[in-house]
Amino acid sequence: MNRRQFIYAAASSALLPLVGCSSKPDGHKSIVIVGGGFGGSAVAKYLKKYNPALQVTLIEPQKTHITCPGSNWFLAGLTTMESLTFTYEGLKKRGVVVVHQSVEDIDDIGQRVRLSDGQSLDYDKLIVSPGIDFRWGDIDGITQANSDKIPHAWQAGAQTLLLKKQIETMKQGGTFVMIAPPNPYRCPPGPYERVGMVAHYFKQHNPKAKIVILDPKDKFSKQALFMEAWQDLYGDMIEWVGVADGGKVSKIDVASMTVFSEMGEIKADVINAIPAQKAGDLAFKAGLTNASGFCPIVAGTFESTLKKNIHVMGDASIAGTMPKSAHSAVSHAKMTAAAIVNSLEGKGVLSPAHVNTCYSLVSDKYGISIAGVYNVQGEKIDEIKGAGGVSPHDADAAFREMEATYARGWHSSITQDVWGA
Amino acid sequence: MIKKLIVHEMLRQKVFIMKPNTLLFASILCALVASDASAIERGELLADTCVSCHAGVNDKASIPNLSYYPASMIVSQMKAFRDGSRQATVMNRHAKGYSDEDIAQLAKYIGIQGQ
Repeated sequence: MNRRQFIYAAASSALLPLVGCSSKPDGHKSIVIVGGGFGGSAVAKYLKKYNPALQVTLIEPQKTHITCPGSNWFLAGLTTMESLTFTYEGLKKRGVVVVHQSVEDIDDIGQRVRLSDGQSLDYDKLIVSPGIDFRWGDIDGITQANSDKIPHAWQAGAQTLLLKKQIETMKQGGTFVMIAPPNPYRCPPGPYERVGMVAHYFKQHNPKAKIVILDPKDKFSKQALFMEAWQDLYGDMIEWVGVADGGKVSKIDVASMTVFSEMGEIKADVINAIPAQKAGDLAFKAGLTNASGFCPIVAGTFESTLKKNIHVMGDASIAGTMPKSAHSAVSHAKMTAAAIVNSLEGKGVLSPAHVNTCYSLVSDKYGISIAGVYNVQGEKIDEIKGAGGVSPHDADAAFREMEATYARGWHSSITQDVWGA
Repeated sequence: MIKKLIVHEMLRQKVFIMKPNTLLFASILCALVASDASAIERGELLADTCVSCHAGVNDKASIPNLSYYPASMIVSQMKAFRDGSRQATVMNRHAKGYSDEDIAQLAKYIGIQGQ
């Protein structure tokens, strides 16, 4: 580039969203983000908020994102797929470059990402937010190939529609069996919210139906609240079988729709098999996981402890005692964006503050929540003692209805925060 | 915006004709553009975590958008949630995670300043 070209580029860069100046040095660093879910989209937005001069590229194969939060409400007929679907236009308006490709390879030495269309992107910092993938084959019969017959619906979209269809067409008086996942998994209260939502549907359309949850765990998030609410709203429709009572499943025979567990055999009409989980496959390919199957990170910055200049956030990361939730992913995103911007400016790492609220609907007018406020204690992200906790046990109907309203308000708000224009 | 004024001035002076100081001028322009970032303060970070629930776009939002409230009210209400003198569904549990200093810091970034 000769001097005149440089001047012209520099001048015109002031009027364009800051793409004209060279990508190094001076704050025009290139940040590449892999994964356009809650975490990846939020970090893209907040990087641009904290430093509009950064070159931010988001790589996501899908052209829209369908939120897992709220998808249980769809199963109950309480919301639409449209209300759960978000585009990347808001991010583009903020100057994020959105590339609809998948990532073939991450070269962490050369700091370069190769995409499925062959193009390569150099990065100063890479952020990987790949969500979760499933441990197929942990239970005999729960395979990727079978997921069109015994859906997990633990990644929203086609699977959600499939499960909804099965719920709607289940025979009268039939049995819906959920195989709940072992810890750690995406969305701790999710399976239990789902069961209440399915019960809400059955109460109206299939009142003699039965729901059985076979659980390899001995307890679950907001358990006392859920079980009290199920009894109040649905009587005996829902039966939870924990590990102590034989809830651990060893095998599913899909052809005969039989579930084999330590308590015996159950013949099911619908099987919602939610497999054990691990970090998204890309995290493994990129060498970001440890023996747990999730990604270890530095608590204050979310930088991988295994690879320099690569940050991992959201469900794939090991974020101390924070639950794997959309809200947590957005919290991670804000901290990561601030940490990266401050570090590129040569400023110190902030003492992080994280929040999470998980709302669950048990019926259209009955909501419960669990909240947490976190900071870094020693080298770990942990709850601030005395803060957070679950909804009160002795709350009245008006309180439960307020939380049901806020559950929807939460969804509207956080999706606006992340994908809004 | 400063950037637009500088470019306007450059066009007015026809700086696209090479002059000795134009490279310097352009470098300054680049530097000014680059210096949009400054250190992120903890208060901004704390306020941004509130936005997850409080990003409602209009007055029909069930969870209020806090940018319509005076900052002093953010302070008083967070303290009231924290000590239980104002009862809420989830805010009592959240507010217990914030010290007086945290609340003072975040109130500089959320709510109407100077009120």
